[in-house]
Amino acid sequence: MTDTIDVIAAIVGIAPGSELAAVVAGRADIMALTQQTHDAALTPAEPGGLTHAERAALACRIAKINDAGDFEAHFETLLDSSGASGDTARIADIWFDGGGDIRLKALIRHVDLVAHAPKDATRRDIELLQEAGLTDADIVRLSELVAFVSYQIRVAAGLRLMRGLA
Amino acid sequence: MSKVVHEFTTAVPEWKPYVKPLDLADATPAQLEALKITPSNTKVSDYVLVLAHDVETLTHRSPLFNGVMYNKGGLSRAEREIGAVGASIVNRCIYCAAVHASRYNQLAKDETVIAAIFADGVEAVISPRLKAILDFSVKLSKCPSDADASDMQALVDAGLGKDEILDLILSSSLFGWANRLMHTLGEPLAE
Repeated sequence: MTDTIDVIAAIVGIAPGSELAAVVAGRADIMALTQQTHDAALTPAEPGGLTHAERAALACRIAKINDAGDFEAHFETLLDSSGASGDTARIADIWFDGGGDIRLKALIRHVDLVAHAPKDATRRDIELLQEAGLTDADIVRLSELVAFVSYQIRVAAGLRLMRGLA
Repeated sequence: MSKVVHEFTTAVPEWKPYVKPLDLADATPAQLEALKITPSNTKVSDYVLVLAHDVETLTHRSPLFNGVMYNKGGLSRAEREIGAVGASIVNRCIYCAAVHASRYNQLAKDETVIAAIFADGVEAVISPRLKAILDFSVKLSKCPSDADASDMQALVDAGLGKDEILDLILSSSLFGWANRLMHTLGEPLAE
C-alpha cells in the first residue's frame, strides 16, 4: 500500500502518540478504507462522465453545506490541482446554480439536495438527472460522491469532539 | 399489489431501484471481483448491482461497511445498530431503518427500545446509555452536524469508553453514507 496522506487525520489534527491516535489505531482498517474510498470517489482511475475537477468542485459545495471549512479547503486544493477553469471551477461557488448549462444545473441541484436533505429526495430527482443526460452509471457515481463526503465529514466532526475530551 | 412504505417499520421491505442495476452479462472483471461473483455465488442484491456501476468505490465500501458494523471489540453490535437507526431516522431512510432496527431487536432480544424510538424519536424513554447513543447519532446526522461537546460528554457520562465512542461515530456516519444511497436511488416496497 502506498503511503498516502490520511485526510481525516490531517484535518482533525490527530497528534502522533496522543491518546486519540491510539484509539483511532484500533480501527486502522476502517481509516485506511476511508482514505481509499476518498481517492476512489474524488480521483478515480476511470471517472466515467464526472471529471476529477467536477468531483472536487462538487465536494467543495458539500463541505460548504456542512459548514466544514477544513474540508472545503482540502477540496479546493484538489480542485486547483485538477486544473479546472470556467464553469467547472464555478461549481464550487455555492451561489452558482449551473447557469444555462442543463447538465451542470442538474448536477448541482442534486448534490445540494442530497447533501443537505436526503430525506426530501424522490424518484423525480433521479428522473431529472436522467432527463439532463446523465447515464445510470454516472448517477451512481454522483450519489457515491455526495454520500461518501457526507460520511467523511461526520467522522471528522466526531473525532474532533473526541479530541476535545479531557 | 406492492406499495411504497412511508412509515418506519421493523418489517423489512423490498428495495426497488430507480436506476437500472448492472447486468451481470455486461460486468467487467473488476466488477465481478468487487461483487465476489463465483460460480457458486451468483446471488447479488439489486442494491449491490446498482452500486457496482461505481466499482472503484464499491471495492472499498463493502469491507468498510462490514468492518464498521462487525469488527471485534469496541461498541456492542446491538449498540452500533442504534447508531445506524439514529441516522436513518434523520434521513428518513425507511429501508435502512427497518433492516437495522430489526437487527437490533434480534441482537438485543428486546423490541421495546425500537418501538419507543419509532414512536417518540429522541424523546423516547430508554436507558440513559441508549439515550446518549441515540441523541449523539441523531445530532451527528443533521446537516451540518449538530453534535457538540456536551453530547460527547454525555457519552462519557453514560459509561462509553473511547473505543466505543469511536465505533458509534463510525456507525452513525456510515449511515449518513448508506442512507444517501439507499433512500435516493430507490424506494421501499411492501405487499
